[in-house]
Order: sequence, then structure tokens, then C-alpha cells
Amino acid sequence: MVGLEHYLGVAAALFVIGVFGIFLNRKNVIVILMSIELMLLSVNINLVAFSAYLGDIKGQIFTLFVLTVAAAEAAIGLAILVCFFRNRGTIAVEDVASLKG
Amino acid sequence: MTIADIAFFAFAFTVVAAALFVVVSRNPVHSVLWLILAFLSSASMFVLLGAEFVAMLLVIVYVGAVAVLFLFVVMMLDVDFAALSAEMAKYVPLAALIGVILLMQLALVFGAWATADGVAVLDSPQATPEGTHNTAALGMVLYDQYFLLFQLAGLILLVAMIGAIVLTLRHREGIKRQDVLAQMYRDPAKSMELKDVKPGQGL
Repeated sequence: MVGLEHYLGVAAALFVIGVFGIFLNRKNVIVILMSIELMLLSVNINLVAFSAYLGDIKGQIFTLFVLTVAAAEAAIGLAILVCFFRNRGTIAVEDVASLKG
Repeated sequence: MTIADIAFFAFAFTVVAAALFVVVSRNPVHSVLWLILAFLSSASMFVLLGAEFVAMLLVIVYVGAVAVLFLFVVMMLDVDFAALSAEMAKYVPLAALIGVILLMQLALVFGAWATADGVAVLDSPQATPEGTHNTAALGMVLYDQYFLLFQLAGLILLVAMIGAIVLTLRHREGIKRQDVLAQMYRDPAKSMELKDVKPGQGL
């Protein structure tokens, strides 16, 4: 019988893979953004699983808000990326040092 | 083991495998496609839990909007992705170390986890109160208790939309643009001239 722990295990694995991806793709900011999406997805799985197994619908409400923020973050992040690519011709995040004093 | 349990394990395996391929894939287009698979599988897991509205929202918002946005950007930018991912192997030890440490920390939490008094973890998922639909129940709570947060979420989306437009809009020189005010204040007397052309003669 599948219980709450199984869902939490999947979410934990997904979160760890997201962190792993951020450190693995240090240069490629697009994949870093995708890793952040994976981490947010794992949070969503946690919220919905707790909501379902505790019989409280408020967890799903918070999932909606996490989804909103994730969508906004992806849009702004990719817009910054496009802007940066136009100015510098590369998306390597290690080159982003224009603000260094 | 029921059909639902088998389905859960299939979807869980798919989510984890797809997420792994997202981060190790050399080609970002493949990463986006694996990301779509991960989103669809987790939406299926939400359906198994009974949270149908959130599942459909995940398909519409994540797969329909966010993943397609990623795909657009990956394909629009002319980036040499091979050079970017060439040094990937260099970062594997550090990334694996951090991942293992985080996994161990989560496992520690998992072992020491207990519910508070008066809170009962149900044996089977019940995402919706009895006698109502998932979407209706969500709407009753969202528009009643969380109305301010709902409006603020809309504001966040508005700010994100304006920000994305402002960041990516550029005014290029040498392009003919429509100037609405100039059109409206244009005077016919100044821009038109009537000529009386005699028969048999040109101008």
C-alpha cells in the first residue's frame, strides 16, 4: 500500500536531483533554471501529498501559489537570459561579473 | 498490490529517471523534453492522489507554458551548448558530494519524523472533502479564505509579464514604426494638394 512516505521519498529524490543539476551544470544557466523548476516541482509533490494524506485542502491552495511564482520566475529568468545573450553573446554564468567593483 | 500502487511506482520511477536525464543531458532540447515527461508523470501522481485540479494545472501551466517557453529560448539563442557542457565531468565529484550529503540529511529527517498530537495521517489519500468535487472545494477555499493571496498572485504574474516585456523589448534603428499621434494630428490641408488637370495636358 502506497503511503505518505512514498510520495515524500519521490519528492526528496527530485529535490536532490535538482540541487545536483545546479552544481553539475555550472555554466549552462538554462539547465540551472530547469533544475530550479524540478526543485519547485518536488515541493509541489510534498504539498499535495501532505494535503491528500492529512485531508486538508489548503496544501493544494499553496501548490497553486508555488506554481504562480514558478511561472513568473521562469519568465523573468529567461527574459534576463535573452537580454544577457544579446549583450554578451554567451550564456555562461561564470562570465557574469559586470557588477564586480 | 493494487493497480493504483503499480501505477504509482511506474510514475515515481519515470519522474526520477526523467529528472536525472534533465540534469545530465548534453543537449538542452533533450533536457526540456525530459522536463516535460517529468511534469506529466508528476501530474499523473497528483491524479492518483485525487488532486485533479492541480494535476491539470500542472499540465497546462508547466507543460503548456513554462516548458514551451524554455524550448523557445533554447532554440532561439544560438549558443554553443557543446562547449558549455564540455566541462561537465569536472563538476561531477562536487555535485555528487553535495547531492549525497543533502540526501543523507533528508534521510535523517525521515527517520526522526513524527506527527503532532491530534493529527492523523490517513491510510488512503483523500484530497477532497466528502460529497464535493476537487475543483469546487478548491474554489470555495481559495476565493474565500485566500482571496488576498489570490490577488497578490495575479499581481506577481502582472509584474513578471511587464518585466519580461521590458527586458526583451528593443528599439532598433531604421525600422518604420506607426506613430499614432502623428497620424491623428495630421492636417489634410498641409498634406494634400488639389490640381486641376486640363484635358489633353499633363501636369
